[in-house]
Amino acid sequence: MKKLLIALVALLPSLATAAGGGFQYPLEEVKIDLKDQPSLQRGAALFMNYCLGCHQMQYQRYQRTAEDLGIPLDLAKDNLIFSDQKIGEKITNAMPVADAASFFGKQPPDLTMVARVRNPDWIYTYLKTFYVDEKKTFKVNNAVFKDVGMPHVLEGLQGTQEAEMVYDTVDGEKTLVGIKLTQKEPGTLTPAEYDQAITDLVNFLEYVGEPSKLESHKIGTWVLVFLAVFFVFIFLLKKEYWRDVH
Amino acid sequence: MFKNLLDWIEYRIPMMRVANMHALQYPAPKNMNFWYVFGFLATIVLVNQILTGIWLTMNYVPSADGAFASVEYIMRDVDYGWLLRYMHSTGASAFFVVVYLHMFRGMMYGSYQKPRELLWLFGMFIYLALMAEAFMGYLLPWGQMSYWGAQVIISLFGAIPVIGDDLTLWIRGDYVISGATLNRFFALHVIALPLVIVILVFLHIVALHEVGSNNPQGIDVKHPKGSLKEEEKTKFKIHEYYTSKKDIIDDVVPFFPHIVLKDLVAFSLFCMGCSYVIFFNPEVGGLFLEGPNFEPANPLKTPEHIAPVWYFTPFYAILRAVPDKLLGVLTMFGAIVMLALLPWLDRCKVRSVKYRSGLHKINLAVFAVVFVLLGWLGLKPATPTFTLMSQISTVLYFGFFGFLWLYSKNEQTKPLPARITK
Amino acid sequence: MSNAPVDNGRRRFLTVATSVVGGVGAVGAAVPFIASWNPSAKAKAAGAPVEVNISKLEPGQMLRVEWRGKPVWVVQRTPEMLEELTTHDDKLRDANSEVEQQPEYAQNKYRSIKPEVFLAVGICTHLGCSPQYLPDSFSAQVEGVPSGFFCPCHGSKFDMAGRVFQSVPAPTNLVIPPHKYLDENTILVGDDSGAA
Repeated sequence: MKKLLIALVALLPSLATAAGGGFQYPLEEVKIDLKDQPSLQRGAALFMNYCLGCHQMQYQRYQRTAEDLGIPLDLAKDNLIFSDQKIGEKITNAMPVADAASFFGKQPPDLTMVARVRNPDWIYTYLKTFYVDEKKTFKVNNAVFKDVGMPHVLEGLQGTQEAEMVYDTVDGEKTLVGIKLTQKEPGTLTPAEYDQAITDLVNFLEYVGEPSKLESHKIGTWVLVFLAVFFVFIFLLKKEYWRDVH
Repeated sequence: MFKNLLDWIEYRIPMMRVANMHALQYPAPKNMNFWYVFGFLATIVLVNQILTGIWLTMNYVPSADGAFASVEYIMRDVDYGWLLRYMHSTGASAFFVVVYLHMFRGMMYGSYQKPRELLWLFGMFIYLALMAEAFMGYLLPWGQMSYWGAQVIISLFGAIPVIGDDLTLWIRGDYVISGATLNRFFALHVIALPLVIVILVFLHIVALHEVGSNNPQGIDVKHPKGSLKEEEKTKFKIHEYYTSKKDIIDDVVPFFPHIVLKDLVAFSLFCMGCSYVIFFNPEVGGLFLEGPNFEPANPLKTPEHIAPVWYFTPFYAILRAVPDKLLGVLTMFGAIVMLALLPWLDRCKVRSVKYRSGLHKINLAVFAVVFVLLGWLGLKPATPTFTLMSQISTVLYFGFFGFLWLYSKNEQTKPLPARITK
Repeated sequence: MSNAPVDNGRRRFLTVATSVVGGVGAVGAAVPFIASWNPSAKAKAAGAPVEVNISKLEPGQMLRVEWRGKPVWVVQRTPEMLEELTTHDDKLRDANSEVEQQPEYAQNKYRSIKPEVFLAVGICTHLGCSPQYLPDSFSAQVEGVPSGFFCPCHGSKFDMAGRVFQSVPAPTNLVIPPHKYLDENTILVGDDSGAA
């Protein structure tokens, strides 16, 4: 019996490698801060300007977004809504499904909950790692999302990057082990500014994924404090009643 | 005046008698430790699930077109809708946490042994109904994981020879999982199974109160009538329903308030844990709510990695460990049947693990480890290493029951104390 | 069972205190359940204030808009209609609009902000039918009053200021919703914040 257990434990270290399967570009960590309203507001503006043309947030309303982000409603009407939509409506575009499918091969996914489906680090790294690839329809490819069907919408901001594929021989086979990206042409933002811009965007996407987070963290703290108080009382009462038992 | 009203009611329906019999004057062993709070907690979670569930149906739309959007409607547009939903989703996982601990308690202290076999069986039926309830509930958000998880589980029935394919078709009501499946699962999830579970819980409690609660020592607190001296009997007022049949030793406390207060202490801690999850971490890293489920169901695209919710994974790992569809399904269901057969597989007369042989202690410990390990393996992709580990674990899982049956007949047990000493 | 003396005072205090704290918790736990019955963001968006442009409304004409699922009438009253409002006070139940069926700023002779523009919820105060607008043929209902509103369901009658006539089933005048003028020709129905 014990031998079997030892055998099981001995197997554990080999697990990490067992899950592999192809090269995965290492994800960069992004610093999310849902309390940073200016960042969220910049991210929202970026989304409305660059993403909403193709991607919708069909479950989220402008008004809720503006209220949560501390944007006055009349400002939001003028600066966030580019269509004739009302402030109470959801963040959608008017792109017909058939057009979308013929432009991109498939309908661009809804981004309301992309931060929950993927994760913030993934989106951040994804937005940073577009590189020039003449073979593709939109002349770009992506290190995280290989052969992605999306053009690099933020290219004007980031500029272009070139990729160098790094190969190595693993078990006698030529295998991709890394992708090195280098700046080719500069964009209108410096690399640091670009990183900040997409941090804002990812921050905003994280907020939209779960807008209740802002509220739940506040309420949750009070609930835990209350339960701690309740625990003290119920514990003392229990002790009081059990005094006559032992 | 108030007393008159109570008397008027009592004459027509025995409220006080029931309260006395099952709470105020119900004899519970005084040494019930923290392992004994999970039954109470499970009842609390059941109430939570029923209440939040009723409130969720007020805004949920059970249709393939509307389900996913209606969940997000609840999450965003309904006041506190997110809280109701997270209370329900966290409650589902919490239910299994407490039920698994409750079951393990029963295994440690031999609570399934004579005369509590039926009590244990009712418990197993609750567990089965709970799994069905959870599985059907998981389809309702109509996300990718809902859809493909249900696809995989329903396909299990296809393993049954001859009728398999027709059976899966019948369960789905369509050639794929569709709105028809969603609607019938919704009906079962919100009406049929909760009703079954509530009735089974009622029977579970009735059966428990008839035979009485076990305790960590595994010895009886009820003795044959006339065998105890007056000073050995409990000084608490115990309902004559119990005292007329047996002598109750001075090692019991009334369920209310003593045990209830103990349960409430545990309840407040349990609420803190649940609140932390509900308010700060409802996904628990993809264990309670899985990432792909935030994408609407798409019958044309399978997620890269399908894993059931954590509470099914031990059995899922067993299923995958067997390289044959029918045998795999049979092994998986067999794993649950083995648990149900425990009262007859364990032939030892001593209940509590405290007084049983070293062999039994090891066997039980290995079982616990293997069960957790299987749960972990069920979350992982089926690589050769993991499959091998699952196979070893599956053998050990069934081994527990086999060994138990063999050694329990003539087990070297320690002598039992006459009293619960404390 | 030991014979330790039971401290009843302490026990009673702790029981009461714990019950109070527990009661507070129960009330707190009820909040989400109760609050979730409030109109959702979707309902609020659908029931948001409605803008009405009255620049093309001709004298005597009625415009119907939907606000919170109810018909709201906007009538450009003619001078004759305004004139006749003063002639039949004795036939009305509540000629001076004393029952609160209108915001303060519409509690006047014309029950409106501007005398010539009448705005009301077009729902009979009896059982919720929508009355008909009879600009020319109302005198068949009330002698000497040429225009008004007549409810076909149970025969309730209202004048051109939505005031109810006597001896009909409807108990009160028609409801004037909160509204304000954004400019000369635009009315916002459902929101009067900032208006006097």
